[in-house]
Amino acid sequence: MSTPRRALPPLVDYGLLPLLNLTAAFLVAGLVVLVIGEDPIGTVKIMLSGSLGYAEGIGFTLYYTTNFIFTGLAVAVAFHAGLFNIGAEGQATVAGIVVAALCLTFDGAPWWLVFPFALAGGMLGGAAWAFVPAWAQARRGSHIVITTIMFNFLAATLIVYLLVNVMGKPGAMSPETRTFAEATRLPLLRDLVAPLGWDLGQSPLNPMIFVAIVAVAVVWVLIWHTRLGYEIRTVGFNPTAAAYAGIDAGHVVIAAMLISGALAGLVAVNEVMGVQSRLVLEFVGGAGFVGIAVALMGRSHPFGVVLASLLFGVLYQGGAELAFEKPKITRDMIVVIQALVILFMGALEHMFRPALERIFARSGEGGR
Amino acid sequence: MSAEFLDALISVLGSSIRLAVPLLFACLAGLWSERSGVVDIGLEGKMLFAAFAAGTAASLLHSPWAGLGAGILVAIALSLVHGFAAITQRGNQIVSGVAINFLAAGMTVLLGQAWFHEGGRTPQLANTERFLSIELPGAGAFRDTALGHVYAEVISGHNILVYLAFVCVPLTAWVLFRTRFGLRLRAVGDNPHAVDTAGVSVAGLRYAAVVVCGVLCGCAGTYLAVAQSAGFIRDMTAGKGFIALAALVFSKWRPVPAMFTCLLFGFLDALASRLQGTPLPGIGVVSVQVFQALPYALTVVLLVGLIGRAVPPKASGIPYTKDR
Repeated sequence: MSTPRRALPPLVDYGLLPLLNLTAAFLVAGLVVLVIGEDPIGTVKIMLSGSLGYAEGIGFTLYYTTNFIFTGLAVAVAFHAGLFNIGAEGQATVAGIVVAALCLTFDGAPWWLVFPFALAGGMLGGAAWAFVPAWAQARRGSHIVITTIMFNFLAATLIVYLLVNVMGKPGAMSPETRTFAEATRLPLLRDLVAPLGWDLGQSPLNPMIFVAIVAVAVVWVLIWHTRLGYEIRTVGFNPTAAAYAGIDAGHVVIAAMLISGALAGLVAVNEVMGVQSRLVLEFVGGAGFVGIAVALMGRSHPFGVVLASLLFGVLYQGGAELAFEKPKITRDMIVVIQALVILFMGALEHMFRPALERIFARSGEGGR
Repeated sequence: MSAEFLDALISVLGSSIRLAVPLLFACLAGLWSERSGVVDIGLEGKMLFAAFAAGTAASLLHSPWAGLGAGILVAIALSLVHGFAAITQRGNQIVSGVAINFLAAGMTVLLGQAWFHEGGRTPQLANTERFLSIELPGAGAFRDTALGHVYAEVISGHNILVYLAFVCVPLTAWVLFRTRFGLRLRAVGDNPHAVDTAGVSVAGLRYAAVVVCGVLCGCAGTYLAVAQSAGFIRDMTAGKGFIALAALVFSKWRPVPAMFTCLLFGFLDALASRLQGTPLPGIGVVSVQVFQALPYALTVVLLVGLIGRAVPPKASGIPYTKDR
């Protein structure tokens, strides 16, 4: 980012440029659909009607959105400190182990009693798993990207080990814990809104969506209205300047990563205590990685993260419907779209910039 | 030492080599790229896409060499996407690598399902469409002697790509450390300004390195789909690209240590499957997960600096901008 860049009007910089990148990503995705021999427009229609066209679909979309808000915020907070947290997947996995252990210990207790402990436990678990990479980056200078990748794999082997040898349901072939008692599971929103005449069908939406909304507000306040947030942004923007300003960058790096891990850990409460009601392998289901795309797309702003999470919620739920209606397009199409969004919004972020700069420089001179 | 133990050891060593090969190709690929200053966490994706291309081409054209060609071409194409983002657009190299991993994970299954309708697999390869094991000269003759036995079981009897991988180690070392091109390539990873001042193209060198990286990733993927297995299976790289990345850090970006690290990681892998369920004297049954976790854990320990420091090339991961 050391390249001197001419200033663009804010609306172009924050609106038009990202929109162009996103359009490019979706155009390439459309090409992929064409290559497979399907109709891109029809595909989009099925995805939209499957995710937003009826109440149950909306319920599912919002359930996916909840997970992506947590992981998107997690990656975004780390981004603000100049850190690339690829470890949200592993952090959520370890959080899931903690949440499951809590739910199994207090099995049968009413959910509202266990809920605060599950929230705290999930956040602690996620933060704990983020701590070692954070500490290694801050105090030993080891690259956080490599360490968080390693910690993802360590978490994946840890959960297999625990489910096979320690926490698994005795006598069961599949590595999973027993299902929690009905009373301990998070209630489903579909039961709460049914008296209002809304039918959310089988959607697993639960109160965690409200926690997600609170998390968005908290992160917004944290980043722009607290001393720590200011320090995080300063370290991310220019670590050298931060050091001259008397900010302990190491301390800030660790703090940002702990917050990031804690946010990722909230996915575990949604999935383990809510949706699955037990601990299963790979319950995170790639949400940690979607967080990368979401944070890039939302430009690390909490509200941007909400919009991007909604879009990915639509993609996930719409993709499920699509796989059902058009067997040629499997759910892997979402992974491809995710890849293209990351590529065009992240790595090729500035591809259209020179052209835009030329256009706006010319029109600026013409107006003078 | 009992004969039984020796036999077991020899068979574990043989499979260590077989398991180390994809890691070695990918690790050398990463070495080329990162020595030139382009960080590559997309090794996994390139290997995976190459494996898919190799499996597809080998079965359609009935030749393992067609598979190798296709694997290499696809991996180079992905490398160029990464190069375009990292070198020309000066984008974030980590983000680009992540994108490539996802692109490969999604596209291989999507295309595989659309073309072959076997849940993302490519058709089963016949033996004539695969790289089969080669008997080295003399392997049969001296099998009865102790040394001859080791030669026959551990050194001989691998396919051509295995030997190619081990040839690539001295080749990489020679090119990088003994040729002018190699000197410049390493310089561009440490101090691109100096290279630029000398009138050599930074972008040109980095693109060259990235292409070599693609060729090696192509070999790695082809090995998985056309030599080790008989066809592509979804997610068949199963994290090997990241283990290779770990091996790269562990070997401190040097070719010969890279070979030994990959052999060590291959040995751990072979040992894990060998010891599954067998109790060790004094320790009891060791979980497979312990062996699986070891490469990652060792790499973290190294990164934290408990067993020496791993210092990457100075300019790696930093896009080069000419001073204006």
